[in-house]
Amino acid sequence: MTDTPFVIAGRTFQSRLIVGTGKYPSFPVMAQAHAASGTEMVTVAVRRVNISDRSRESLLDYIDTSRIFILPNTAGCYTVDDAVRTAHLAHEAGLSNWVKLEVIGDERTLFPDNEALLAATRILVNDGFVVLPYTNDDPVVCRKLEDAGAAAVMPLGAPIGSGLGIQNVNNMRIIREFARVPVIVDAGVGTASDASLAMELGADGVLMNTAIAGAQDPVAMAEAMKHAVIAGRLAHLAGRIPRKMYATASSPIEGMVGR
Amino acid sequence: MRITLNGEPFDIDEPLSVTDLLNRLAIDPRRVAVEHNLSILKRHAFEATIVREGDRVEIVNFVGGGERRLRGR
Repeated sequence: MTDTPFVIAGRTFQSRLIVGTGKYPSFPVMAQAHAASGTEMVTVAVRRVNISDRSRESLLDYIDTSRIFILPNTAGCYTVDDAVRTAHLAHEAGLSNWVKLEVIGDERTLFPDNEALLAATRILVNDGFVVLPYTNDDPVVCRKLEDAGAAAVMPLGAPIGSGLGIQNVNNMRIIREFARVPVIVDAGVGTASDASLAMELGADGVLMNTAIAGAQDPVAMAEAMKHAVIAGRLAHLAGRIPRKMYATASSPIEGMVGR
Repeated sequence: MRITLNGEPFDIDEPLSVTDLLNRLAIDPRRVAVEHNLSILKRHAFEATIVREGDRVEIVNFVGGGERRLRGR
């Protein structure tokens, strides 16, 4: 079955799975997991260089940049100013004008601050960035972000790192129905079926970190996620059967022995 | 003389360029971004930008991250 390509801001990706780079047991395991996942885009955070200990290995040594596009994020930012500043620093460090924009509004849930997110999106779009905002699963907020120039919207399935799966399935479906930009379900995936469900609902992509990095076998989970995303996408394109309350026999009634 | 480097006091003998500072710290300039007194430097400006007494310098790079917050780690 032929699929439409996964395109964000004019860039085409074969894989619809976006993966993080945090929390892995080691850099080599992360690199293996990335390879097993088939991902073509990974997220990275921007932090101060450790001045006193320069011996630490660089994350970038373990990312195959010939195959994998690096998407810097503004993780940990709680204000518009911090997020904008971090995006600009990431731009200078990586020479890409893409940013996964996070402006967090609450420490316990890590839910986004929508007002600040929208403001930061406007500023960064104006500064020439390709902005992918991490947002609530709210169709109205997603539309506002899109109107502000976001290149994609990244609604959360569940709180970051929770592994709860998609909590508001209907909102996610509505977001996809309304959006004219790619919808990437970001955060909340716990296991492969969660990723499949996101894709079955019509999401254009899925972003996850903890579900892979925190699994007992990250490389195996990465491979599972690759298949889950492909399966969910195919199921979406194939068009599922309607739900019915009662059984409909699959085998013919005629010719049964004893009738 | 003393500067503030990544939020910590740091001593230098004399004013020096950002390029020299990175060299002294054994940091590959191609992998970092530098902020000098709150303004983000273009890489080609590293050579010409001089760090002096009391200046604030931030040197950042990419670290592992995803949908998980790194705050407080």
